[in-house]
Amino acid sequence: MTPPVYGYYPGCSVRGTGAAYEESLLTLFRLLDLPLEELKDWNCCGATSYMCIDEEQAFLLSARNLALARQAGLKEVVAPCSACYLGLRKTQDYTERYPEIARKVRHALAAANLPSLDSVKVRHPLEVLFADVKPEQIRSKVVRHWRGGRVACYYGCQLVRPFAEADRAHDPTRMDDLLRAVGVPTVDYALKTKCCGGALTGTIHGVGVRLNYILLKEAARKGAEAIATACPLCQYNLDAYQAEIRREAGEVMDMPILYFTQILGWALGGDAKALGLGRAISGRRFITEWFPKHPEAVEKYV
Amino acid sequence: MKTLRAFWLRPELRRKMKFQREADPEWAKHVAARPGCEGLFSCLQCGTCSGTCPLSIYMDFAPRRIIALVREGFREDALSCQTIWLCASCYACAVHCPRQIHITDVMYSLKREAVQHKLYPRRFPIPVLAQEFYKIVSRSGRSAEFWLVLRMALRTNPFQLFTMIGTGWQLIRTGRLKLGRERIEGVHQLQRELADKEVA
Repeated sequence: MTPPVYGYYPGCSVRGTGAAYEESLLTLFRLLDLPLEELKDWNCCGATSYMCIDEEQAFLLSARNLALARQAGLKEVVAPCSACYLGLRKTQDYTERYPEIARKVRHALAAANLPSLDSVKVRHPLEVLFADVKPEQIRSKVVRHWRGGRVACYYGCQLVRPFAEADRAHDPTRMDDLLRAVGVPTVDYALKTKCCGGALTGTIHGVGVRLNYILLKEAARKGAEAIATACPLCQYNLDAYQAEIRREAGEVMDMPILYFTQILGWALGGDAKALGLGRAISGRRFITEWFPKHPEAVEKYV
Repeated sequence: MKTLRAFWLRPELRRKMKFQREADPEWAKHVAARPGCEGLFSCLQCGTCSGTCPLSIYMDFAPRRIIALVREGFREDALSCQTIWLCASCYACAVHCPRQIHITDVMYSLKREAVQHKLYPRRFPIPVLAQEFYKIVSRSGRSAEFWLVLRMALRTNPFQLFTMIGTGWQLIRTGRLKLGRERIEGVHQLQRELADKEVA
């Protein structure tokens, strides 16, 4: 049986500040022999900020991406960014529940010579890895021991909220399960779905940084030495302002913020450079220690 | 709105109590008819939303009070406050609401009306960011983080750019800051779709 071909919707963030997410995701999927086909000429998903100005146009932006997937004959689209994932799913949800919106979207798509709105399943890598690939199968492919410390799994907000199916809204555990399957010890992290502030670190800086300070401090209190994330914005927010937190709150804080795909990719034998591990801002000394450039003879795990 | 001045000015004395004549119940019905805002009148005023909101400590009206203001019809207060813009749309309130009210969608709806009628607080960075994001995406089909932040800063407080140099340098050093602006090939197709008369 040939594995299903997943469409791939990168989103704007992974082409900029979240570059390491895309690199590690593509490497991981290659290691697992899962083909990813990037949507041709995709556009912005109409995330949070666009939705503040015009909702129907935001739905149209997402609808174009879904229509492009349809045009390419893809049944499932993987969206790694939580905001894109939510934006695409919200569009589907609203066009299903409100016939008026569906009519407008269909009309606009027809005006742009795009195929009509048909069901394309939008999925998050976390969900694909947990439900389709399964932790046991990932475990059987592990080639490297985890050399690092304990990890707090931070799911972020939009990944698990009303329109999502990636995991349970109140107590998601799939990332913990995946990481434990490759031998990474995880801690019980109560703030796993608390908001990182999104774009607030850029707009009202102090407020945004404080939210991240709380997240980092709680992770440290629980004994975590790193945080695993599943969203480019969460990773950026937690990663980029630790120096400022050290300066202003007088905390000793230098914690690597990794994508869960980087950790899984490393365990499965990915190269540090191909996983974008050099792109971290905080905790670089831990990263070079945990993910050495030339790991000694690969040993079979389990 | 006289009672709520822009955030960098010293606020005037402010009457906290509302008068019935200032309310517009028709507007409340209008809001409740919008997609996503249906549950407005079933709110219990339990305050779970304000309790779960990670940003409520910075808000002038926490989410519970926004809902109360909207359903009584105090339009100006609800539209000109900072609260709706501080909402980072994490949907925590919507997930925890015992009446399943989509509070985040109510906030979105208020933001859009505030932008439409230019009632948002002047030079407050968040609505400015949203407008610039809207412009960039409508023009080229994709967002460009660097240009977005630059334009937001220039329109609100250019001096804050100096405070961003350090972070900017870190991003350049790790190859995460992209200065180019991507433009999708089908940008005309996209604009044709967005300009469709049915929507406008």
